[in-house]
Amino acid sequence: MSNKPEKLIDKKGLRLDGRKIDELRPLKLEVGLLPNADGSAYIEHGKNKILVGVFGPREMHPKHLSMNDRMVIRTRYHMAPFSVQERKSPAPSRREVELSKVIRESLEPSIFNDLYPRTGIDVFIEVLQADGGTRCASITAASLAIADAGIPMRDLVVACAAGKVEDQVVLDLMDEEDKLGVADVPVAYMPNLNAITLLQMDGILSPEELEKAVNLAMEGCKTIYALQKEVLKNKYQTVKEVEE
Amino acid sequence: MPIFFEKRQLVTPGELLAEGDYIGGENTYIENGKIYAQRIGLVDSENKKIDVVALRAFYVPKVGDIVIGSVIEVGFNGWTVDIKCPYTAMLRASDVLSRPFKPQNDELSAVLNAGELVVAKIASYDRAHDPQLTVAEPGLGKITRGQLMHVTPTKIPRIIGRKGSMISMIKQETNCQIILGLNGVILVTGKNPEDEELAMTAIKKIEDESHTSGLTDRVTRLLKEAKQKREEDKK
Repeated sequence: MSNKPEKLIDKKGLRLDGRKIDELRPLKLEVGLLPNADGSAYIEHGKNKILVGVFGPREMHPKHLSMNDRMVIRTRYHMAPFSVQERKSPAPSRREVELSKVIRESLEPSIFNDLYPRTGIDVFIEVLQADGGTRCASITAASLAIADAGIPMRDLVVACAAGKVEDQVVLDLMDEEDKLGVADVPVAYMPNLNAITLLQMDGILSPEELEKAVNLAMEGCKTIYALQKEVLKNKYQTVKEVEE
Repeated sequence: MPIFFEKRQLVTPGELLAEGDYIGGENTYIENGKIYAQRIGLVDSENKKIDVVALRAFYVPKVGDIVIGSVIEVGFNGWTVDIKCPYTAMLRASDVLSRPFKPQNDELSAVLNAGELVVAKIASYDRAHDPQLTVAEPGLGKITRGQLMHVTPTKIPRIIGRKGSMISMIKQETNCQIILGLNGVILVTGKNPEDEELAMTAIKKIEDESHTSGLTDRVTRLLKEAKQKREEDKK
């Protein structure tokens, strides 16, 4: 970060990148682009670029990690050394280990993990470029990759953050807003079941502001969910078109 | 009792299919009396039963299925076989030798070595136990010749066709023997590599266009044209 911007939200209510306070960053999703993986997805969320590969269900290695009554889900969130301005060591950091766990726990409720006991699935999340809100973008892409792998699911999981910048509650924080803002609230959500699978808060918010932020994030999730479904369907649309 | 889909509509996991007095079929689940989809697929309904025909799925063993697998390990009294599914299968030595197996007399790797391929039938499988294979039936056992190809396991029924119409047509047109492993592995054995190649192109075409109608006719035409072209080339 070279110079600190004076104001994060200008007089017109526009943010640093010209967005309104309840506007998402531009979003691009792709599915099934890695032939070697059983399922894969790619997301561009603002300047975030994240690639996800899913393998399995397959036998767990090492074997002692397998569970007799369910399928084990393993996630690995990793940031590429070139994903941030200052080189990041490729070794897993404390933050990455924590995020791997958080992402796994937000995906677990969506997967029928009792159908194929003694197996495991691996979810590899590779952040190629980071710009704030990578955990949310990772969850959105990972859920899409799991669906692409043909693993039975209750619903797709979408994630989106809201937060407080200066004195306003805003949707989808970018890197500068995350660092210089007051609070950040990532929310992961299953829209069809109306169930929240992840809710975190970093910073200080009043109860009213938190409620407002969660509702705003859920609205953002619904927008992303529509796109997520569309992308998944588009991959198989050709099949349908030929049929008609 | 509303339903929320059109016939053969493309659905994603979590999409609401129906509410009330319906029966949840394949790839669906019920929560609070509502039926949702579990996988990406096309919805199909018959009477009160709602199914999702998955477009993306992996093979799950079923007792009695014919599968094709490769030996990954030679053990003390049997082999471990990879059958392209979440579980590895076991093939017992006594089953292959069809006589009592004595470890001191029989060298298992001489019968079947790692990397070799077998056509086998699933003898037993349930949630708590890995699948057991058997080759004690005519037509099963070690594969010595032919070519292998892999397709998505969900496409196998389409390759078989209605009452086996598709597969018997390909067999007839190409003079090839074709063994369909329900785990998505197919063995094609013909008199010469050209015949095998032809059968494989036909199967690939079915896999790519599995949801179109009138596919049998188009595959027949493809095979006839290819055969004609080959005759002309010979002259």
